[in-house]
Amino acid sequence: MKSARPVNRDVTKYRFPLTAIVSILHRVSGVVLFLAMPLFLYYLSQSLSSVEQFQAVTETLTKPFPKVVLWVVLAALSFHWVAGVRHMIMDVGFAESLRGGQIGAKVTVILSGILMILAGVWLW
Amino acid sequence: MVDSITSLGRNGLSTWVIQRVTAVFLGLYALFLIGFFLTHPNLSYEIWTSLFHCVWIKIASLIVLLSLAGHAWIGLWTVITDYVKCSCLRFVLEIALIVGLLAYVLWGILVLWS
Repeated sequence: MKSARPVNRDVTKYRFPLTAIVSILHRVSGVVLFLAMPLFLYYLSQSLSSVEQFQAVTETLTKPFPKVVLWVVLAALSFHWVAGVRHMIMDVGFAESLRGGQIGAKVTVILSGILMILAGVWLW
Repeated sequence: MVDSITSLGRNGLSTWVIQRVTAVFLGLYALFLIGFFLTHPNLSYEIWTSLFHCVWIKIASLIVLLSLAGHAWIGLWTVITDYVKCSCLRFVLEIALIVGLLAYVLWGILVLWS
């Protein structure tokens, strides 16, 4: 259909709504957690194998870079957890309207943000 | 109705239920582990191994690991289906995903029972 109406093709002006950002972050955090599983299993096996290995693991996790990696995993877990609970709240039939979805997305960002800060306080 | 042979649930409703039930197991286990670390700030090797010597934690961990395999299969299958348009590459990624998850489960069994 040809239309004389002006078309805005300035992609920098388009904004993802918060609900879409939360949805994508739920996926991203899930992929991060999947990729972090070998690390988790590795540290679990090392820490259970002997006292020396246990101390080596605890020592490694006090170093700056492993701490940052650990924080990223905890942050991903926080977000994925909160967003997942939001999903199930919506499954039960709450917050399904457009407005409800927007509020739910905001609450998800705020709650998981608080958990991420708490995770940082815990690690440092 | 089109059924994808690489999806875990075979149909939408069973996939949906598997995703939710496994999510609850994973969520509760994550809460338990974080709670354990928070209540044991100076965790010793003895306390750590005594936890994983219990039969119930071995069984719970294995159930959670199997849940993770199912949950990640459904989640990553959805992500791969949405973003990888080349069916050849998608098939390779899906097989790699399944092999990877199988390896996680077997590795977990070895860690828990050795």
